[in-house]
Amino acid sequence: MIRDIYYTVIEFLRTFGAFQLFSLRLIANSPSIFVKRFNLVVQQVYNAGALSLVIIMVCGLFVGGVLGLQGYSNLAKFNAEDSVGTFAAFSLIKELGPVITALLFAGRAGTALASEIGLMKATDQLAAMEMMATDPLRRVLVPRFLGGVISMPLLVAVFSMIGLFGAHVVGVILLGVDTGAFWMQLQTTLDITDVQEGIVKSVVFGIVASLIAVWEGYNAIPTAEGVGRATTRTVVITAIAVLILDFIITALSM
Amino acid sequence: MQQTRSVELGTGLFVLLGFAALFFLTTQTTGSEKFSGDETYAVTAKFGNVGSLKDRAPVAMSGVTIGRVTSVEFDPVSLEAEVSFVIDAKYSQIPDDSDASILTSGLLGSQYIGLQAGGSEFYLEDGSEIQFTQSAIVIEKLISKFLFNSKAKKDDE
Repeated sequence: MIRDIYYTVIEFLRTFGAFQLFSLRLIANSPSIFVKRFNLVVQQVYNAGALSLVIIMVCGLFVGGVLGLQGYSNLAKFNAEDSVGTFAAFSLIKELGPVITALLFAGRAGTALASEIGLMKATDQLAAMEMMATDPLRRVLVPRFLGGVISMPLLVAVFSMIGLFGAHVVGVILLGVDTGAFWMQLQTTLDITDVQEGIVKSVVFGIVASLIAVWEGYNAIPTAEGVGRATTRTVVITAIAVLILDFIITALSM
Repeated sequence: MQQTRSVELGTGLFVLLGFAALFFLTTQTTGSEKFSGDETYAVTAKFGNVGSLKDRAPVAMSGVTIGRVTSVEFDPVSLEAEVSFVIDAKYSQIPDDSDASILTSGLLGSQYIGLQAGGSEFYLEDGSEIQFTQSAIVIEKLISKFLFNSKAKKDDE
């Protein structure tokens, strides 16, 4: 019993340490790959970012819309429905934008990364690369990591902007809040530090989500089941990590 | 070749859209500073109570923003709050006996400093201190004043 716990703890620490070393290698190799193999990075920005645009925009629109509705119906009790823009902007820019985008990103791009790399491993493509003296870390993993890191902040910005637009559609066009009041209150209340907080979050979440996806794919058990499990673990671990980090960053920037 | 072209095009569009969104968020949603203040002069004023006045709060005269609060500190000598703010150098002809009061924009809005022009022939300049100030209204004091007044009236009857 105690022995089991001991081995579980040791195994957890070992995995965690291996993950740190892996992350360091990935990050250390990133600048040179970004410069030398820029075309590979572009391809991955397309895969992780451009192809995720549709889901991000649709979700952003409806999240913004629901914020408009909820904000309006609750603020109307205090005759403060003009503040619906402020309410939506604060929620979107500081919290919902980065968090929901990161969760969607894990589901849309993270799983694709993990299963692609896992399948490459299962079909011995990574081993073949090593035989040809090509480091799979540099050729396969780093461009995918960079693609995710570059895409995330841009996706978050698009999400927040579309969300604000959705809140505008619901609040101003459907429910009749004054346009001027909507945007003026929002602009006077929101500070540049609030936007910065959102950007910091999006960068951190981008790094974390991409790292986890690449790591899970690279360490997948090279079987059909193993790849499937790696894909699931990517989503689960990213969701947990993102929500915990969100709390920590919010607490730090108070 | 066609494949890579469309990928590059898609990526380019995506990155452009992303940066446009970032630009929108940083410029359009934050307090677009109507007060740029390239050249300013600094003025201080002491208040008995500043309420919830914060750094970067606007300084307005007749409702027009002419400056910005730079610091709110407690002065241990006079035992009052010392508020420093800068005023745009364009507005250099504000009488030095003008009075400053802390006002609230809207019912639950943020607080700002409102200046009311005085009649002096001398103007405020860099480093001068406004003598006449009116503190922020603290709602508890207002209520207790109201309560005591109505009680006193009752006792009179």
